[in-house]
Amino acid sequence: MPAEANAARATAARPDNALQARLLFMLLLAPALLWLLGLIVLPHLELAALSLRERVAPRVYELSLNQYRTFIDEPLYWHTFVRTAWMSVLATALTLLIAFPIAWTLAKLVRARAKSVLFMLCLVPFWISETVRTLGWMILLRESGVLPGLLVSFGLADTPPELLYHDATVLVGLVYTSLLFMVVPLTSALESLDDALIEAAYDLGGNGPSILWRIVIPHAAPGIAAGCIVVFMLTLGNYLTPTLLGGKNSLWFTEQIYTQFITRFNWEQGAAFGFLLLALSTAMVWVGLKLSGQSFGEVMRR
Amino acid sequence: MHADLQAARIVKRFGDHLAVDALSFSVARGSFFSILGPSGCGKTTLLRMIAGFIAPDSGDIHIGGQSMAGVAPNRRPVNMVFQHLALFPMMSVGENVGYGLSRRGLPKAEIARRVGEMLERVGLTGAQAKRIDQLSGGQRQRVAIARSLVLEPTLLLLDEPLGALDLKLREHMKIELKQLQAAFGTTFVYITHDQSEALVLSDQVAVMNAGRFEQVGTPQQLYYQPQTPFVAGFVGASNRLGGRATAVQGDAVTLSNEQGLVLHARAVGAISAGDPVQAFVRPEATTLAREASALPANQPIYAGQVQSLLFDGANSALLLKEERSSAKFRIALPQTGQFSDLQVGERVHFGFDPKQAVCFAAPPHAR
Repeated sequence: MPAEANAARATAARPDNALQARLLFMLLLAPALLWLLGLIVLPHLELAALSLRERVAPRVYELSLNQYRTFIDEPLYWHTFVRTAWMSVLATALTLLIAFPIAWTLAKLVRARAKSVLFMLCLVPFWISETVRTLGWMILLRESGVLPGLLVSFGLADTPPELLYHDATVLVGLVYTSLLFMVVPLTSALESLDDALIEAAYDLGGNGPSILWRIVIPHAAPGIAAGCIVVFMLTLGNYLTPTLLGGKNSLWFTEQIYTQFITRFNWEQGAAFGFLLLALSTAMVWVGLKLSGQSFGEVMRR
Repeated sequence: MHADLQAARIVKRFGDHLAVDALSFSVARGSFFSILGPSGCGKTTLLRMIAGFIAPDSGDIHIGGQSMAGVAPNRRPVNMVFQHLALFPMMSVGENVGYGLSRRGLPKAEIARRVGEMLERVGLTGAQAKRIDQLSGGQRQRVAIARSLVLEPTLLLLDEPLGALDLKLREHMKIELKQLQAAFGTTFVYITHDQSEALVLSDQVAVMNAGRFEQVGTPQQLYYQPQTPFVAGFVGASNRLGGRATAVQGDAVTLSNEQGLVLHARAVGAISAGDPVQAFVRPEATTLAREASALPANQPIYAGQVQSLLFDGANSALLLKEERSSAKFRIALPQTGQFSDLQVGERVHFGFDPKQAVCFAAPPHAR
């Protein structure tokens, strides 16, 4: 009898429960939606509006594509733009090359305890702020710094060379900053690879490079794509590292945006540059996914 | 007869654990050789040494007459069907089967032809473009075997490939495996813990325990002439009865124990009167009757009370307690209808031919 009563109550309560569940779902979702709307969608709408107007007289604005035209007409701007894209692709590729052996070691070669220690080691640099880390690189690399000093004392250079303000220096800094974001998705992708597949391929006559190419990389492809997307976007949008390590020579597109907004107080031009950068990263990610035959949904599940 | 696989005193140790203990054996060309043993007996280690994934600490393995010392797995004339098959999910069926051939650098057209022929032979004609996850369990099994056999290995190793299948499919695949092996004539080395697989499939079975082969022989030899107590207990079901040998006459032993059980069995190995012994009586070698007069008169006849009936179709059995000694026996229950009304608590008679029961000197730890 009590059981029946309970069942009856449960039936009666069901519509209520469904409503409650939906309310709870909305509540849980609300912060994310607010954040998305307030901090991403609205500012971008405002920026879009900004980028498409031109000041014709004090406080009088007109709809115009002039900002975008300036970008095309001024070689420095699109030169910086292409250079930033190219350097970001290079940094992403280098990060992948360096992260792959690390991820392989973490996923396949070490035991559980050593693995957590090694993972910690990858994470430790992130306890320190990016600015301090980059300044650390400057201490190491500047003319009166540690590394040039060592080069001289080992007799490899007559005078301490300036190691800062080169493209290579910028790349080193970018790879260093992005490494963890590549190692994590790669490790999880490689961990899910059954060792028996590698053994089977080996047993069927495969050797190291062919197994890597035919078995390991296809299996890890979604993880590779996820890591590359994250690293590429972080690199493209990085401001601190190229500015501090590259100095005046760095010519990074985010610097142009900064200059327009802060130095020249030309918000319209800055907004247009911002949108160009957004379009660039979207296009590059799309091309990358198409080239590697990956779907965005599959990659984001990693 | 030429041996495709020869092992000479191979040893493998993991720390203090002796996984494979000075094993020597040979497998004849074209035969189906099974290694049967409980989990942890070292059979997987042995198989991985043959495949080349681990090297023996000492001893030598010869495959097709060639020493395999220092030869990597991808250079051995051996292929393996893995426990969970390890098909490549990123490749189609055709690419799976063609992987080994493409590694040998064969031209594309030749690979396509041989893959097509192989798929035809395993009954998967035209399945080249299918994805692995579109196949049923039995089809995957066949792809895994095709992927190995297309390379025409001297030896095919199979690591409990039927373990992951459900019972019905397993029964079906047993027959298929046997037919495939007969059709290809390749030497199969099959490891399993399932005695029915080993008995049904094999020409020769090695029963492995604690890193050693207890006995190597045909399934019939293992079943009818077990050479060690382990084999008698492991292969088939058996009633194990302990006691002392009270009389030994040729190979006929009389076993008695303190509870008053007296039975006659065939001695295997040296037994002298007074020795502690173990006898094994198969449930299916025992005849059951309601009346003592219905049993052969030249055999000892026992009586007992039915304790429980274990109905399992053709494998049905009953458990009973022998009257004088209270020893428990498991006896196969013939499904001829004669005993269909048998009740728990009923008194029945049973007997067995002493030649069908085997008796061993008890192993030291059982004394």
